[in-house]
Amino acid sequence: MPDFETIDHDVLVIGAGGAGLRAAIAAAAENVKVGLVCKSLLGKAHTVMAEGGMAASLANVDDRDNWRVHFADTMRGGQYLNNWRMAELHAKEAPDRVRELEAWGALFDRTPDGRILQRNFGGHRYPRLAHVGDRTGLEMIRTLQDHAVYLGIDVHMECTVVTLFKDGDRVSGAFGYDRERGRFKVFRAKAIVLATGGIGRAFSITSNSWEYTGDGQSLAYHAGAVLQDMEFVQFHPTGMVWPPSVKGILVTEGVRGEGGVLTNKNGRRFMFDDIPENYRSQTADNEEEGWRYTQGDKNARRPPELLTRDHVARCIVREVREGRGSPHGGVFLDIAWIKAKLPNAAEHIKKKLPSMYHQFKQLADIDITTTPMEVGPTTHYVMGGIRVDGDSQMSTVPGLFAAGECAAGLHGANRLGGNSLSDLLVFGKRAGEYAATFARERGAVTIDKGAVDDASRFALAPLERAGNGSGDGPYQIQHKLQGIMQEGVGIVRRDAEMRKALDAVLAMEQEAERVSVPGNREYNPGWHTALDLRNLLTISEAIARAAIDRKESRGGHFRDDYPDKDPTYGTFNTTLSKAADGSMHLERIPIPPMPAELKAVIEENK
Amino acid sequence: MSTSATFRVWRGDETKGELVDYKTPVSEGMVVLDAIHQIQAEQANDLAVRWNCKAGKCGSCSAEINGKPKLMCMTRLSELPLDKPVTVEPMRSFKPIRDLVTDVSWNFRVKKEIKPFKPRTPDAPDGTWRMAQSDVDRVQEFRKCIECFLCQDVCHVLRDHKKHEEFIGPRFLVYAAALEMHPLDVEDRVADLKREHGIGYCNITKCCTKVCPESITITDNAIIPLKERVVDEFYDPLGKLVKIFSRRKKDA
Ligand code: SF4
Ligand code: SF4
Ligand code: FES
Repeated sequence: MPDFETIDHDVLVIGAGGAGLRAAIAAAAENVKVGLVCKSLLGKAHTVMAEGGMAASLANVDDRDNWRVHFADTMRGGQYLNNWRMAELHAKEAPDRVRELEAWGALFDRTPDGRILQRNFGGHRYPRLAHVGDRTGLEMIRTLQDHAVYLGIDVHMECTVVTLFKDGDRVSGAFGYDRERGRFKVFRAKAIVLATGGIGRAFSITSNSWEYTGDGQSLAYHAGAVLQDMEFVQFHPTGMVWPPSVKGILVTEGVRGEGGVLTNKNGRRFMFDDIPENYRSQTADNEEEGWRYTQGDKNARRPPELLTRDHVARCIVREVREGRGSPHGGVFLDIAWIKAKLPNAAEHIKKKLPSMYHQFKQLADIDITTTPMEVGPTTHYVMGGIRVDGDSQMSTVPGLFAAGECAAGLHGANRLGGNSLSDLLVFGKRAGEYAATFARERGAVTIDKGAVDDASRFALAPLERAGNGSGDGPYQIQHKLQGIMQEGVGIVRRDAEMRKALDAVLAMEQEAERVSVPGNREYNPGWHTALDLRNLLTISEAIARAAIDRKESRGGHFRDDYPDKDPTYGTFNTTLSKAADGSMHLERIPIPPMPAELKAVIEENK
Repeated sequence: MSTSATFRVWRGDETKGELVDYKTPVSEGMVVLDAIHQIQAEQANDLAVRWNCKAGKCGSCSAEINGKPKLMCMTRLSELPLDKPVTVEPMRSFKPIRDLVTDVSWNFRVKKEIKPFKPRTPDAPDGTWRMAQSDVDRVQEFRKCIECFLCQDVCHVLRDHKKHEEFIGPRFLVYAAALEMHPLDVEDRVADLKREHGIGYCNITKCCTKVCPESITITDNAIIPLKERVVDEFYDPLGKLVKIFSRRKKDA
């Protein structure tokens, strides 16, 4: 008979980054009882790492901007696999979500006439990112956190959810443990919003924190929800590559937005060498024009460094592979060169990119105002995730909602920088509202006692095996998995290697079932790592299966054996769900036809 | 740099604890958090430590390294003498939970007691506000805070005198300053600062400013201006020395 506490909520939000906090605020505004569960302390979620800004067509800097252009940019960036309804809602609602943050106390950088300043970013036609230096994510999470704490939301910090419960078809609650004492908690809830973020810890080089183990995607999958687009993982082109201990830490795209350029060891700006056809008309063809664009010249076109992330990342891989990389296996990102253009360049850089300045100074002994940085691709974001309804964000399981990175749809095959923070706000709010409505309209739920017993047995197993466990510890298994995924299903993919990786992942599932950890239940990170393994393995399998099935290159998914885009693959999303026998079932689901009005918007922005 | 180093890590819980030595290989560019992770993966799977970003942005990995309050992820081994053991201890102003993890929940309770942001009615034609960059600059400094609570750890009012019930500490004086100096805020927190938040306990030793990893000038830019506002509204012994001849009403 397991020992646990039962806690009742109308709406339970799992995850307290931007999407989770926004969902909790929205649900609380509907006067239902809201609980918020997060793996870390409040305010520490991965959202704090977001640097560049949030995309919204406020048109404060360039009055030609509007939702139609933002919509078209998002669809083009996503190579038209996006859920067009989500792209439409996102483009239309983002400006209000940004203004709302200001009304809650956020202080964005200002234009000369006192409005919210917006900056350039890859794939966005006009300066569109509201920002605060290069710490926009911190501003956003702090604003939401400070707003939420006064709303009577029950916050369960440092609490990890291990499994979801169902009552018939409907979701009915969650089983978790508090990290501090290892006590079990059963959350009974009429509706659940998953806002758990991404999957970066499935790879060895990543900008993501330990929390990013694919919890939401995996919990939803095992509860019967459908995942989609899992083959689309974004490798951010610029992560730190040296020293080894900081490998993968993000270098914001804002560096390029402020005029930073990418060069190879011969000093060549190699991004000019390969500009994709569908971006040619919008891209500068000489260095001077690119510079003018970054300085706000409305008649200039963007420099090729600001092409979409998938493309820039691949160009960097090409330079390195062909022997033109930097000493530590990356390329150079140079912002210091702008001293040739600006009299007070060093001060300007420190003001515009304070945390980058700080980060390189402290972690790499490099002064970015005088010396180029070395950068290379790092696992950053997953475009795929839980398949949801565009309006309500409800998954295929009634009562189970998803928002932010763990949901799929908005970004299609590739996400534009800046579209994540706005995604969190727009769809966090929607998920919270619809979840509250769902909770109000439906009756109470029950949780099956047998299911609670199973969950607690699963959770305790790694500790009970201690002493007689065989094989590797949880950290070694996690490490091995990361190596397999990085090698086999990383930035450049091939059929045979992916199949090998998939087999290895499947074999590891048994290994993970034998893992044992020493110590007891109190704040035991070894135990926590062991319990996260199931999630990591589930999403790794999903990524590999989807990537093998898509025999073309598109967005974040690049195949060496199928290097071109194939139009037949542009008509469906790859989905994965759990079959009755427990195996993973893949299905291609056609993308519904886009309404004529939206088609027209895309045409007018071609 | 030598190829291995010893880390003297505090292991224990609320009831008892001790320093335990772990020897682990070190390489170029490593930070203290890397060493702790290595020890955790190889020698002590259950070594408890908080971290998230590993880039000085989330404020989770606060500890006392060789006795100094620091972020483990931003402290490079090359800054430390490695010929002797590096001590890594939890923040001492907070109750230990396990190993390097402390109970910082008090901070979350304190924040709730500070009156929230209250903006004036929007007054720009588009239903929002206009603010000049020069007016937001000083508040943006305070909003850089990553809530690492290292300033709370070092402040003697909390650390030595345990005035947790009467004094909100430097972090929340920064928070209150950010609200009070916010160009849109119309709430008045001055009476609370004196009566509820205990600003008078601070005797401007500036220890908090010295440890802030975000280089926020906590004392000069946040606390002293707040103290001046309190003096303007009330009698306050230390503030009176500052402004002995100029007592006036708080300018609206
Ligand atoms: S200046 Fe004030 S708040 Fe800061 S450490 Fe000294 S007494 Fe504490
Ligand atoms: S003011 Fe500085 S030291 Fe204090 S909590 Fe914030 S970042 Fe940490
Ligand atoms: S881990 Fe985020 S500040 Fe150190």
